[in-house]
Amino acid sequence: MIPGIPQPRALRWLWRAYVAAFFVYLALPLVVVCVFAFNKSQFAALPWNGFTLDWFIGDQRPWLGVFNDRGILEALKISAIVAFWVSAASVSVGVTTAFLFVRHDFRFKQTLYVLMLLPLVIPGIILGISILVETSYLANWLEDATGLWFDGLRPGLTLVVLGQFAFIATFATLVISARLEKFDRSLEEAALNLGATPLGAVRQVTLPYLAPAIVGAALVSMLMSFENFNTTLMLVGSDAPLTIEMFDRMKQGSTPVLNAVSLLLILASSVLGGVALALRRAR
Amino acid sequence: MSRPAGRLTLILLLAPLLLWLTLLIVIPHAAMLFVSLRERVGVGEYAFGLGNYLTFLAEPLYWNTFVRTAWMSVLATALTLLIGFPVAWHIAKIARGRARQALFLACLAPFWASELVRTYGWMILLRESGVFSAVLQWAGLAEGPVEMLYNDVAIMVGLVYTSMLFMVVPLVTTLDSLDDSLIEAAYDLGASGWTILREIVIPHARPGIASGCIVVFMMSLGNYLTPILLGGKSSLWFTGLIYDQFITRFNWEQGAAFGFLLLGLSSAIVWAGLRLSGQSLRSAMARP
Repeated sequence: MIPGIPQPRALRWLWRAYVAAFFVYLALPLVVVCVFAFNKSQFAALPWNGFTLDWFIGDQRPWLGVFNDRGILEALKISAIVAFWVSAASVSVGVTTAFLFVRHDFRFKQTLYVLMLLPLVIPGIILGISILVETSYLANWLEDATGLWFDGLRPGLTLVVLGQFAFIATFATLVISARLEKFDRSLEEAALNLGATPLGAVRQVTLPYLAPAIVGAALVSMLMSFENFNTTLMLVGSDAPLTIEMFDRMKQGSTPVLNAVSLLLILASSVLGGVALALRRAR
Repeated sequence: MSRPAGRLTLILLLAPLLLWLTLLIVIPHAAMLFVSLRERVGVGEYAFGLGNYLTFLAEPLYWNTFVRTAWMSVLATALTLLIGFPVAWHIAKIARGRARQALFLACLAPFWASELVRTYGWMILLRESGVFSAVLQWAGLAEGPVEMLYNDVAIMVGLVYTSMLFMVVPLVTTLDSLDDSLIEAAYDLGASGWTILREIVIPHARPGIASGCIVVFMMSLGNYLTPILLGGKSSLWFTGLIYDQFITRFNWEQGAAFGFLLLGLSSAIVWAGLRLSGQSLRSAMARP
């Protein structure tokens, strides 16, 4: 009930207890992940055997820390490369598509707009297998026709980038269009009157105005790419990004090195998320 | 701007969008539909037909898993709504000023961590050597280690946890726009808390409830990580079957048919949810 309406005291306390319990529930899994990154034990489990930094800096098996674990470092590098390309492609297409839908009228605009939103409602696994089917058939056909090899169309990082881009571009478009819609076009007209070329006006007036949205979209795209699992799982080849590498280890059971990676991921994504949120506030 | 220049701009802006949508959305799904309609009749021989879909109906394991996945997703959606609604109410209507901002942030922050990390946290809590088991033994409530992982409750806990944000945020947004004076007026006229909830709050919050439910249902249905990691081998989740057909058994024809069934169910629910709440796809999908 709202504060303006009197409530029995017991009910108010019960209510507060519920809300508090909810936030404990939200925090609990992340807290245990972080805490066990510092436990001097081969397993992420109680009892507490004392504090250690081995899961970060240890260099001797089985006490191998993140910073010395080649598998993890390699996977991290792959994830970063994928995130970079996905983010660059999504933001570029996001900008052009935002201009298209906000500034132009053309036939089938509504149909295309709905089609552009569809990736949001396609389950990630399905998006992954559909692209897998398409590219495999294309590769088979091309190889039959030309006798050459088309490894880029076989499961691997190119497909992972394409698969993630297919739905992350929608988010980038929505974020950038939202800001473009608020842009006052008379500013651009003023630039044109002062002798700017149309492209110059867009570059010097509109794009700087869009900058917070573009940076925000880039950060969100990177975060989504880094954390994506479903689409990546279906398209991945022999080079595993971090989520896939961690998933494999989780299934087999692993040392708390996983907790250490997770802790670093939580920190990194909090910073990214915080910056993205601050950018949104600033708008 | 002269006409030809405007036309050129339009074409240049359309090109990336069209390439993206045709090459990565339309053609892949058409290809998947095509493959799902191919039946293997012999070695390297195929015929067109609904055979893969008939196999789905003929094999109880397949359609049971399908129904089970759908049903558990409905349950997860309902639980997420029930658990999240009071919290959304608290943030929108009771908390004030900085406390409100802090609570909202506390709701968002856990979801910046990836689903994998969150699920790993639940594994550490629930498994046989896990935190809950140790605490129960320490408190004398259990004799030996208790395995809480690899069952339906564990899957449900994970699904509800992982979808919570997508329920709470749209709820807070719609509840926020509800005028407090309406509630006070109803109270002054003698309405009970239950009546106010039914007659004023829920009708007002309907768009938020609908978009929260649509997103949570869709995410649960298409989830792979949580059921596999928390439910183990016996999770019987439909996405697991799709993965098996594609990657383990290399039966793409059957896998593509399963994929289409899942896509069909997911789309039908989204469509029905939008129709029932009178919303457009865009407004329902406006995420945090």
